[in-house]
Amino acid sequence: MRAIGIILAGGHSNRMRELAQKRAISAMPIAGSYRSIDFALSNMSNSHIQKVAVLTQYNARSLNEHLSSSKWWDFGRKQGGLYVFTPIETSENSNWYRGTADAIYQNLEFLKMSHEPYVVIASGDCVYKLDYNKLLEYHIDKKSDITVVVKEMPEGENVDRYGVLKMNEENRIEEFEEKPIVAKSNIVSCGIYVIRRRLLIELIEKANEEGRYDFVADILIRYKNMKRIFGFKLDSYWRNIASVEDYYETNMDFLKKDVRNYFFREYPDVYSKVDDLPPAKYNVGAKVKNSLVSSGSIINGTVENSLIFKNVFVGNNCVVKNSIILNDVYIGDNTYLENCIVESRDTIRANSNYVGEGEIKILIEQNDRYSI
Amino acid sequence: MIKKEMIAMLLAGGQGSRLGVLTAKVAKPAVSFGGKYRIIDFPLSNCINSGVDTVGVLTQYQPLRLNTHIGIGIPWDLDRNIGGVTVLPPYEKSTDTEWYTGTANAIYQNLDYMESYNPDYVLILSGDHIYKMDYEVMLDFHKKNGAEVTIAAMPVPLEEAKRFGIVITDENRKITDFEEKPANPRSNLASMGIYIFNWKTLKEALLAKSEEPNLDFGKHIIPYCHKKGAPLYAYEYNGYWKDVGTLHSYWEANMELIDIVPVFNLYEEYWKIYTKSDTLPPQYIADNTVIEKCLIGEGTVIYGEVYNSIIGCGVTIEEGTVVRDSIIMNDTCIGKNCEINKAIIAENVEIGNGVKLGVGEEVDNETDPHIYNHGLVTVGEKTVIPDGVCVGKNSVIAGNIKSEDLENMSLASGKTLIKAGDEV
Repeated sequence: MRAIGIILAGGHSNRMRELAQKRAISAMPIAGSYRSIDFALSNMSNSHIQKVAVLTQYNARSLNEHLSSSKWWDFGRKQGGLYVFTPIETSENSNWYRGTADAIYQNLEFLKMSHEPYVVIASGDCVYKLDYNKLLEYHIDKKSDITVVVKEMPEGENVDRYGVLKMNEENRIEEFEEKPIVAKSNIVSCGIYVIRRRLLIELIEKANEEGRYDFVADILIRYKNMKRIFGFKLDSYWRNIASVEDYYETNMDFLKKDVRNYFFREYPDVYSKVDDLPPAKYNVGAKVKNSLVSSGSIINGTVENSLIFKNVFVGNNCVVKNSIILNDVYIGDNTYLENCIVESRDTIRANSNYVGEGEIKILIEQNDRYSI
Repeated sequence: MIKKEMIAMLLAGGQGSRLGVLTAKVAKPAVSFGGKYRIIDFPLSNCINSGVDTVGVLTQYQPLRLNTHIGIGIPWDLDRNIGGVTVLPPYEKSTDTEWYTGTANAIYQNLDYMESYNPDYVLILSGDHIYKMDYEVMLDFHKKNGAEVTIAAMPVPLEEAKRFGIVITDENRKITDFEEKPANPRSNLASMGIYIFNWKTLKEALLAKSEEPNLDFGKHIIPYCHKKGAPLYAYEYNGYWKDVGTLHSYWEANMELIDIVPVFNLYEEYWKIYTKSDTLPPQYIADNTVIEKCLIGEGTVIYGEVYNSIIGCGVTIEEGTVVRDSIIMNDTCIGKNCEINKAIIAENVEIGNGVKLGVGEEVDNETDPHIYNHGLVTVGEKTVIPDGVCVGKNSVIAGNIKSEDLENMSLASGKTLIKAGDEV
């Protein structure tokens, strides 16, 4: 294989509000049966990248549990494998990862010990499908030093949370601004890069010498005139999860037929950890409209325009509307939920009533399931 | 030296001919059950949940689906450095090459496999029953009684006992006699076809009786051990156990899973049933659907109405279609405005628009009334049914059906239409 992979999965965002207390964004449950890192991992696997490092730092317990076996994504071969790198203390270094470039620097041995000529860097918090071989071919074609996957956002969409860039007619990146106050274009970076392995080692070592730790600011933006940095336009579905609103909308996108078919029925598949749950069960009184329901769930009430994740119990006479119910949630009888995200493993008492007004309500009721 | 206390030998070579067209292309243990499972998942999951991590699976009839399902045993955690799952088909020998001619003959032909694990006990299982059993508890019973052979047996109503092999025991559950399908049963303990043998006893018996044609456990090996005076015990089992040998019992066992609190509960945390899952995505339920009393597998998309049914993974049911009391297996597509009543529809079937299954009066099946009965419609795998076809009760339909194969676009009750060939 021509490339190794690095997945940056250490990040967190305050805009995820209470959802960030439990896990890193990369471990956020998505679309009923997946975690957000599954998309990057499946892309790697489907692109025949056999050796992948996941760099984690923030609240990685849930993520590590998800990655406890690499066989679901078809890694764990004699050649290559899936490596999870958390910050470690050594005689020379006792720092956490101080940024994305530093995270790579602290694991530079992984790059140095490899022999593949290219590195694909992706982040673990995006929902998309991409054959990285296409990206690699484009990179070679353009004689590019660094290729950045970019997405043209719809006109008028607020892009100030992204890296915004401008390209010339050859797609060479001329301007690159991280989280601009006033965006000069509607083309954003998807946080997916390809770069020659030796060049990456060189740039990362140099940045470290200069006390610079961020891949975007200290490498992409700093070198944009000195190196040939090109944009690769992604035309298919892509979403980044950085806030509760992104998270809610991305999940709700899966209720649309085209998005659902693109991810669920078109080749190649997205893989995830298999949970061995029984089929979903609908008892008398279940009324389900325009919703996704995952395995292991038992439905006794009304569910509308919602996503029911795995192993959820919806009690009698419940109404769940425009909501996302994460894994292992128990909802007691006669409960009304609207515009809510219910945190995983939660237990909602019978006869509760929660409506998110103005914004999505994140519901965390830490009841002990067996005492009510 | 390798040492396993107990290994399991799982007999999965049978056709299960009373499942009719469902087992035309697959062995009975590989037939779907309960939406996402296959019948063999139950004994395999029981093995791993009981701590038995070495399982030989004996295959013979149509093993392809079974082999791909089992693979190296990953879904059941049976991919082990030592032991794990091994598929054991019949093989050519320098002398007398033969098929597996009977249950015990199949085990006899794999003496070397068992020998290589140096076991103390061998558990004999069959791959066509739905149940949850802790074989470790059965082994404890076996050891406690100093038995050489223990037979799992369950109480059945006396009037049904005449369909089974019956064991007669003393008050300590020591077996005193056997009866095979007796007219006037003396006991109601029916053998479940699950045995624990001391390895030495089993080996000795297999070698002694190896010349017997169609060597069978129930007919030859157990009586041989009994006659020899070996202590035989019956382990009484009182849980759920279902032989899904006929289409009707298969349909019934599936339907029992839909009860509010089913006798056989798949949702128990500590005795999970494992299976190979090819499909991961959640199921999508559209607007204007009605779903009542159903089990539905992953990746299924429903636009129509479904009542009292078991739906597998990756199924599509289009709008206007009403499905009742049916079993629909993986990756089947049902078109618009269909009416499906009490049907068993196998995998990868394509049903056009406006098709009606299970309508009209009940008439006995013309070719195989002992297989196709109780008003069921059975559709074989990869069948294609064109738009507007009407199919009666107690009927069976399989193959790439074209309108010219049918009279007035309908197949009357009791008719059999099985088209050979795989042309598409």
